Amino acid sequence: MDKFKPVPMKKKFFTPTVIVLSGLALNGLVFLLARFIWGIGAVTNLDNQHPWGIWIGLDVAAGVALAAGGFTTAAIGHIMHKDQYHSIIRPALLTALLGYTFVASSVMIDLGRYYYIWHPLIMWNGSSVLFEVGICVMIYLTVLYIEFLPVVTERFIGRVNLPGFVKRFNNPVDKILRILDRGLDKTMFIFIIAGVVLSCLHQSSLGTLMVIAGPKMHPLWQTPILPLLFLISAISVGLPMVIFESLITSRSFGLKPEMDILSDLGSMIGPLLGIYLAFKIGDVMIRKTFVYLMEFNTASIMFTIELLFGVIIPLRMFLSRQVLKSPVGLLIASFLVIFGVFINRMNNFLIAYTPPYEVHSYFPSVGEISVTVGFIALEILLFRLMVMIFPIVSVQQVSKPRTKYFVRGSAK
Amino acid sequence: MANQSRRDFLKTAALAGAAVTGLSSKVKAGPKNILSENRMGALIDTTVCIGCRKCEWACKTAHAMETQSIETYDDRSVFKNSRRPTDKALTVVNEYPNDISENFPIDVKVQCMHCDHPACVSACIVGAFSKQENGSVVWDGDKCIGCRYCMVACPFQIPAFEFDKALKPDIKKCDFCNERTTKGKLPACTEICPVEAITYGTREDLVKAAHQKIKLYPNRYIDRVLGEYEVGGTSWMYLSSKEFEKLDFPKLGKDPAPGVSETIQHGIFAYFVPPVALYALLGGVMWINKNKKKHDSGAEGE
Repeated sequence: MDKFKPVPMKKKFFTPTVIVLSGLALNGLVFLLARFIWGIGAVTNLDNQHPWGIWIGLDVAAGVALAAGGFTTAAIGHIMHKDQYHSIIRPALLTALLGYTFVASSVMIDLGRYYYIWHPLIMWNGSSVLFEVGICVMIYLTVLYIEFLPVVTERFIGRVNLPGFVKRFNNPVDKILRILDRGLDKTMFIFIIAGVVLSCLHQSSLGTLMVIAGPKMHPLWQTPILPLLFLISAISVGLPMVIFESLITSRSFGLKPEMDILSDLGSMIGPLLGIYLAFKIGDVMIRKTFVYLMEFNTASIMFTIELLFGVIIPLRMFLSRQVLKSPVGLLIASFLVIFGVFINRMNNFLIAYTPPYEVHSYFPSVGEISVTVGFIALEILLFRLMVMIFPIVSVQQVSKPRTKYFVRGSAK
Repeated sequence: MANQSRRDFLKTAALAGAAVTGLSSKVKAGPKNILSENRMGALIDTTVCIGCRKCEWACKTAHAMETQSIETYDDRSVFKNSRRPTDKALTVVNEYPNDISENFPIDVKVQCMHCDHPACVSACIVGAFSKQENGSVVWDGDKCIGCRYCMVACPFQIPAFEFDKALKPDIKKCDFCNERTTKGKLPACTEICPVEAITYGTREDLVKAAHQKIKLYPNRYIDRVLGEYEVGGTSWMYLSSKEFEKLDFPKLGKDPAPGVSETIQHGIFAYFVPPVALYALLGGVMWINKNKKKHDSGAEGE
């Protein structure tokens, strides 16, 4: 049972890739600084026709969807109690934690009055979809940090080693960590269930967000079942994200991919994509929007790309045993689902949005792209840093285990 | 969680549930959306408007916005381009050709329509917009966080944002001269209009007056009052000699703009029942699976 155990990765932090990523992150931060000095208009291509750009359409909408691995694995691992998947929960949790942190940051930089970001906490509007999304994301982010606390306590209990004159606090800090650990152990299930409920709520409400735009949104995407489509696609993309990131991490740290777990997970994706495809086709048929697919324009092309490469091809791939057994096959199929959801969110928020008095169409500025790319780079760097500090990635144990939890288990 | 007793589980779960239901009673607080029977409105007769643009000047002056002298507004070359209200001009006049008599082009003043069921009021994350008793839809700068969701929501594409401001950017839109009308004055544009193209009055009276005009002069007007039914009705309404769609008005249905969105939203959050039910369901599933595992592992212990 305890064959795999999460441990901090030991490898040097800086590699050529890391240096490139650092450059991209730095570039993004420079443009970010410009946004705060000269305002949103100076850095972005946003105007009164296009109030929302890629900072909302990609960073927030796609970011939330791609961080869905956190709640899907929590549901499988903790709520369904499938213990064999425990080794993937921590990496997924970390991805979600970092993902949502960057979603919150993106919202903040996009707000004209970012210093009033706390207003929704005391100024409520029950009919606003954005209010619901905002509150849910805020609470869920807190829940994610709480869910991550046991990793912190596990890393530092018995190993608190503060430098210099603060050394005398070593014992009190250790004691606090132990109390925290015990308290969390008893109450964690509350947060785990809350995390899943909150995720279902805001993942779906993110879809409701554009419903109020009514005829400003292209009929191929504007449908009352948007919340349902968003929820199913978020659940479907959670596992591909976990598989993709697990394969990349294994490769990056020279570990053997946990293929038996990943194949099992992969086999769940096919049916989910099938359900999504059924709803999507049903929606197009019932609202008779397929007529717009006969036209040849950006909307019809993007809709086709989204459905063909993001749903239909990976659906076929995940149903094949050969693909499920090969790391490369899994990697490609997972990437396609991620790509599909990414494009879908972009289509919903940017491509489909055509205001009645549109003089020119929107294309993100260099500044907007730089900030988005910079954020993604920063997220990857932080992920690498975190797995090197905290016990997150599971490796096969050969030597005698040393973690405190292992004392309880049977020595194998 | 391994040594979690059944009683503990139930106790904490009940507490969490109580906390969530406790919240629901407070969630009624929302922005004002008063639909007074005596709410005011304005009727614009585009067949009367001469396109002098004095209303543009008066609007800027009344709102303490930067403006050039009133004479510069006689320049009719601006009509070459179709313009929209921006953060620097809350109302603009556009000109369209008249197919019947070329010498009398059709001029259309554009500003916030002050909907009876405003999308901005429904959408605003902090409830910064509200529909007042006098019919105006106003924005509260002390609440706004600058998210621009009102701009996404507005079916008439009216709210504008000060993109060039790094600190305290405002949402700008016509406020129906709320400050002036509460003091008994006319809206600035209505007051200055030299040909009385804008009529200010209760919405009820204006609808009647509009239909009366159409009945009296069937050759002058098309038989439709724009704003009477569009997106559930608006406080500002238009009369025209030409189809409104040819004057760049958006094609809109009769249902209030926030209708579908609010139905979905209130369905998902009907007294917090669905989220709490989901919470309970997941808790139950978790508990059953946990016990099953314990049972399976049997004498081996935890």
